[in-house]
Amino acid sequence: MTHVPDVQTTGAGAPRTVSEVTTTLTVNGEQRTVSADPRVTLLDALRDRLGLTGTKKGCDQGACGACTVHVDGKRVLACLTLAAQCEGREVATIDGLGRDGEPHPLQKAFVDHDGFQCGYCTPGQIMSAVALLEEGRTRTDVEIREFMSGNLCRCGAYPNIVAAIRQVASEGGSDARL
Amino acid sequence: MRAFEYVRAADVDAAVATVTDDPFASYLAGGTTQVDLMKDGVLAPERLVDITRLPLHGIEHGPDTIHVGALTTMEELAADPTVVARLPIVREALLLGASTQLRNMATIGGNLLQRTRCRYFRDPSVPACNKRSPGSGCAAVTGAARMHAILGVSDRCIALHASDVAVALVALNAVVRIQGDQGRRSVPLTEFYLESAEDPVAENMLAHGELITGIEIPLLPEGARSGYLKVRDRVSYEFALVSAGVALVIEDGVIQDARIGLGGVGSKPWRARSAEEVLIGAPPAVETYRAAAAAALAGAWTVPGTAFKVELAQRTLVRTLQNVTEVSS
Ligand SMILES: Cc1cc2nc3c(=O)[nH]c(=O)nc-3n(C[C@H](O)[C@H](O)[C@H](O)COP(=O)(O)OP(=O)(O)OC[C@H]3O[C@@H](n4cnc5c(N)ncnc54)[C@H](O)[C@@H]3O)c2cc1C
Ligand code: SF4
Ligand code: FES
Ligand code: FES
Repeated sequence: MTHVPDVQTTGAGAPRTVSEVTTTLTVNGEQRTVSADPRVTLLDALRDRLGLTGTKKGCDQGACGACTVHVDGKRVLACLTLAAQCEGREVATIDGLGRDGEPHPLQKAFVDHDGFQCGYCTPGQIMSAVALLEEGRTRTDVEIREFMSGNLCRCGAYPNIVAAIRQVASEGGSDARL
Repeated sequence: MRAFEYVRAADVDAAVATVTDDPFASYLAGGTTQVDLMKDGVLAPERLVDITRLPLHGIEHGPDTIHVGALTTMEELAADPTVVARLPIVREALLLGASTQLRNMATIGGNLLQRTRCRYFRDPSVPACNKRSPGSGCAAVTGAARMHAILGVSDRCIALHASDVAVALVALNAVVRIQGDQGRRSVPLTEFYLESAEDPVAENMLAHGELITGIEIPLLPEGARSGYLKVRDRVSYEFALVSAGVALVIEDGVIQDARIGLGGVGSKPWRARSAEEVLIGAPPAVETYRAAAAAALAGAWTVPGTAFKVELAQRTLVRTLQNVTEVSS
């Protein structure tokens, strides 16, 4: 990690130097480097600096789940994660899921079941659902709803989202890996 | 968000020294409280010391206790086999909190130190908040209050401590392990928190720079019954209106030991010792549970928006006791 002196702050304390932070991380299997002000979140780094706009910004406050990505295999919220915290981490986003013409089974199931209307929450829903399958929390609809509750959908596509996940779970989960 | 310097702590001693020596530095763990409140402009540290790489992860299992490293996440603790088998009250309190994404980020140390969800505290454009700006008044006491506390409060501040797992942990006599630049100490969680009735600003007895390194949780005796019930405005992914965590040992038809924690009601995670006194020595019966619940809420101080909690908390405690003892009404 290198520090490049950049911004001066004079808050309540002594003036001090705030450096940009250079962070090297793996995103969807590729090594990427971001040099940014420490305030930059993983969400903004992905969208604005790495050109990966699949991950959405809903509330930017940890409340809606639109920004769900995987860090080291666990689903987390990119809007409350600082990019600088991701040094050496493996990040997986919706952009790396499936390929053109070859959607991930969950992507296909969301289309088959109309698991969305406007689609804004969908990348977060799908990244959450991929993790849900790996966590083994798809035994009942009640369980799917409970462990998907961190992903809000303003369009109210919930019944169809549950149906899409149920279908993939009943077909044996996701064999297509990230 | 105010600009800050980001520092990744190399080891525990360096982390403690860096924050202790700098009055404008804060620790960063999962960030689910810290980054959130920095975005809101409520917290504005000039230096953020990232502790997430420190070797404070994981759970050590002893014969009568488990030691939980401060950086263990909520999901990790909930999945621990000993917690599953011996501490259902902890597992339930964890899994009923936040969402899976947040629980994968949130650490146990950070959970204990989460800040109140009082909407006036979280909105710097509201001038009156004794917790944010000492002496400015309290917008919640005269304004719309709902997600606020009724025990350990006064007209100076009715902020709620909203942690679920801390309610279970105060009931279990958990102990907080702390490291400061002067050395280490251990403090029972029941003595760790301060009531806002005393001082709206100081929420616990940590000195600036002191680091929580872990939490020791005594296991319940074999055969103990425990559980956690959370009542919310929506069925999932919501803070408690009220909650109750109970652990009971029943032998020969008599309650031998009782531990009661209440959530959604206290300026700190609330240990209801007066309710325990009513239960211990009595047979498990609904009338006993009602008397215990009445004792627990006897000191409630309410505003119009929180008055409903006095009854709801009693009913929730009675129901939780019924659930774990399988006593019907
Ligand atoms: C939308 C939402 C819903 C939520 N719902 C619930 C819920 O239902 N139930 C519930 O209980 N909680 C809930 N939470 C709160 C969440 O559990 C806490 O934000 C989380 O546990 C804090 O842990 P963290 O590791 O992210 O801490 P951080 O945000 O990193 O830190 C919190 C504070 O503690 C300090 N700190 C952190 N670790 C240490 C340490 N080891 N030693 C000393 N100081 C330290 C930091 O400086 C900071 O001031 C919710 C949060 C959000 C955003
Ligand atoms: S209840 Fe406490 S935190 Fe909320 S506005 Fe009043 S003083 Fe501030
Ligand atoms: S944008 Fe991150 S949770 Fe809403
Ligand atoms: S499809 Fe519109 S928010 Fe979910």
